[in-house]
Amino acid sequence: MGDNREITNFTALNSHRCVRMTRGGKIKTGADGKANLVIKITIIALLGLTIIGFLTFDYKDTNIFTAILDTFVNAGIMFGTPRLSHVSFSGAMEQLLVTFALATLATIFGAVIAFFASLLCAKNIANPIVANVVKSFVAFVRAVPTILWVFIIAMSSGLGSIAAVVGLTFHSAGYLTKAYAESIEEMNEGAIEALKTSGASFWQIVLQAIMPSSIRYMVAWTFLRFEINFANALAVGAAAGAGGIGFELWMAGNQYHDLRELGFLTYIIVIAAVLLEVIATKVKEKAG
Amino acid sequence: MALLEFQGVCKIYNNTTKALADIAFSVDEGEFVSIIGPSGSGKSTILRCINRLVDATQGTVIFDESDISHASKKDIREARKKIGMIFQHYNLVDRLSVIENVLHGRLGHKSTISGMMGRYTESEKEKAFQILEKLGLVEQAYKRCDELSGGQKQRVGIARSIMQEPKLILCDEPIASLDPSSAKVIMDHLSNINRNMKITCILNLHQVDVALKYASRIIGLTSGRIVYDGPPNHLTKNKIYEIYQSSEGELITDVW
Amino acid sequence: MFGNRTKTAKLNGRESVFVKRKRTFTLIFVSFIALFLLSSLITDYNAIGGFLSLPKAFVWSIKNLVPNATSWPRVPLIFDNLVETALLSVAVTVCSAVCAFFFSLLGTRTMRVNPVVGRAVRIIAAFFRNIPDIVWALLLLFAFHQNILSGFFALFFATFGLLTRTFIETIDEISASCVEALHATGATNLQVVSQGIIPSSMATLISWILYMIETNVRNAVLIGILTGTGIGWLFDLFYKRGDWGAVSLVVLAVVILIIVIEMISTQIRKVIM
Repeated sequence: MGDNREITNFTALNSHRCVRMTRGGKIKTGADGKANLVIKITIIALLGLTIIGFLTFDYKDTNIFTAILDTFVNAGIMFGTPRLSHVSFSGAMEQLLVTFALATLATIFGAVIAFFASLLCAKNIANPIVANVVKSFVAFVRAVPTILWVFIIAMSSGLGSIAAVVGLTFHSAGYLTKAYAESIEEMNEGAIEALKTSGASFWQIVLQAIMPSSIRYMVAWTFLRFEINFANALAVGAAAGAGGIGFELWMAGNQYHDLRELGFLTYIIVIAAVLLEVIATKVKEKAG
Repeated sequence: MALLEFQGVCKIYNNTTKALADIAFSVDEGEFVSIIGPSGSGKSTILRCINRLVDATQGTVIFDESDISHASKKDIREARKKIGMIFQHYNLVDRLSVIENVLHGRLGHKSTISGMMGRYTESEKEKAFQILEKLGLVEQAYKRCDELSGGQKQRVGIARSIMQEPKLILCDEPIASLDPSSAKVIMDHLSNINRNMKITCILNLHQVDVALKYASRIIGLTSGRIVYDGPPNHLTKNKIYEIYQSSEGELITDVW
Repeated sequence: MFGNRTKTAKLNGRESVFVKRKRTFTLIFVSFIALFLLSSLITDYNAIGGFLSLPKAFVWSIKNLVPNATSWPRVPLIFDNLVETALLSVAVTVCSAVCAFFFSLLGTRTMRVNPVVGRAVRIIAAFFRNIPDIVWALLLLFAFHQNILSGFFALFFATFGLLTRTFIETIDEISASCVEALHATGATNLQVVSQGIIPSSMATLISWILYMIETNVRNAVLIGILTGTGIGWLFDLFYKRGDWGAVSLVVLAVVILIIVIEMISTQIRKVIM
């Protein structure tokens, strides 16, 4: 008791035995537990890696300031005076449609594959060994970036819609499997339990318990994935030449060096993306 | 001079919804006022007009001899320092420790920088511990607030407001999310604070029986208008029915 | 047939739910098929060819996508570029997260800075979010040419737009209540941010940042092909040369990097959430 003699008034209270001191001899205020420590370490590590990155990047001998200024001017031309010159408007729309269709196909295939895969790896209904095998496989599939899948398929089947769709499907399926499995795992144990005890078969459980309670989340995830697939289809078109309006973007930027055409195509894409978001919200509302 | 005075206060949300209409009353130092009324009658809006979390559309609110409703940002902060507030959902920073949340009551009294860094003086920390001890929470001082029960969280909320050394404490449905026994603990603490520390309290309450038991004065509110203002023993059953716009047998309190 | 109808009528309440559900499923199923057929037509996609491509790709990969004697010496080069891509995605995500955090504070309802400013913030965020990163990359290539900075800024803009929206939503959801209480104590805005918003929402924000780092590694591979930097450039180089052994090592390196990032993120989330 005598240790805390400096704080005379304070020692009279019971509370002093609960008070902890910091190394500096002050009263500690921070919470117990390692969460805050881990948050701090994570932030410091990320900032450290960022600094290391900036120090080690090879900037070649670009004059950054002129380049930034030039980019502003270029952006002004691109967004201020959009115009199509190498591709017709109907041609651009047709290519937009192709990108849409690529994304649609990849989403449909991905969703179907993911539905069955998620039944195999959701903790609350699947066999644990099978679940772990499927989960590891799915983690591997997800780890390969879409663009690499497209190139890998293209090596054997040639560059075209098959390579694009199959490549996009891989990552979609991996992503959706994880999302679907999580929404199945979130449903309450009771409903499955009740059906199991009443002697329902696996598919009855799926159709009567899982589908009704998870379908909303699944629809929401699928729409989100469709938006990602749309962006990916664009990117794959540009980087791999797999067709669609992404390829037109690449042609305008890298082959014709036509900023205005790049601007016009961008406007088309942005308007389409916004419309897509609006429609998705509407459909989700209806499904919900 | 009254501690708090409302003069013809109106509040209209989004140019359409009328929440308060011509509210006028005054509260003297040391009172324990309970505002009762059905949901949506404007109880929360009245409290929030006092510390300007909501701006009145019309009228004047005078607190501690200064006009709050037309005060500058700086003056609003000055007034808020003297007004503690307790919320239905406790409104604590869940991931911080109990003691840190209590110390938040000092933020208004500190410079911006030392408040931002969370640098408190030793005497402030000691005071926080003393308050926690009075509220029976000292064992929990280093726990994160999300580890506490509802009743404990509300006591942290009370500790935070006492830490401000306020003249007035506003309680917005302080026991609406609590079980009856924790609710009693909270009401007893508030009543003690009112009597022993001479802090004026204004409470919004849903439970008429609780209001009748603890308050020194009751204000009844119906669709933004004051329909009763007086001591609890003058509040007749019929008046309660009028406040809640119901007839006999419809209120849960009738069972009593 | 008649019997059926009376039965349906009797069980009206329950039955109609099932009938409705069945109709919804049928509708969804039919529209999926229609979409599928239409999309196949537009893209000239051949479903059978698609399925056949899988075993073909598999057999081809096993035969060709194996590291060989000439590809092993490439490991240091691959490693350097992998590190560059990893650091690029971390740097991009961190920089845009810092900017997005301060920017999103102006857009939250919680801080109620100013409704006009809030609206402007949301519109600017939507602008950056809806323009795909490859468009930024193609634009930046005009002035920066093949340089890591074109990739950096392209990913920065897209990430900034996405994180701003996410941060606004997170802060409004998690911090609104404690911000109200801190304002009520007379705290200044800066105090409210550092004592209320940061401690209450930081864990969720970090979780989003980790997710974006992972996403940006994938995006950086693709952007690297366009901007000629990092592991994406190296992949493109080996691919065009037909150096399949080296290609396989590049793919392996990317897979390991992403899985490692995913594992670290999962561990961090477990502790902080």
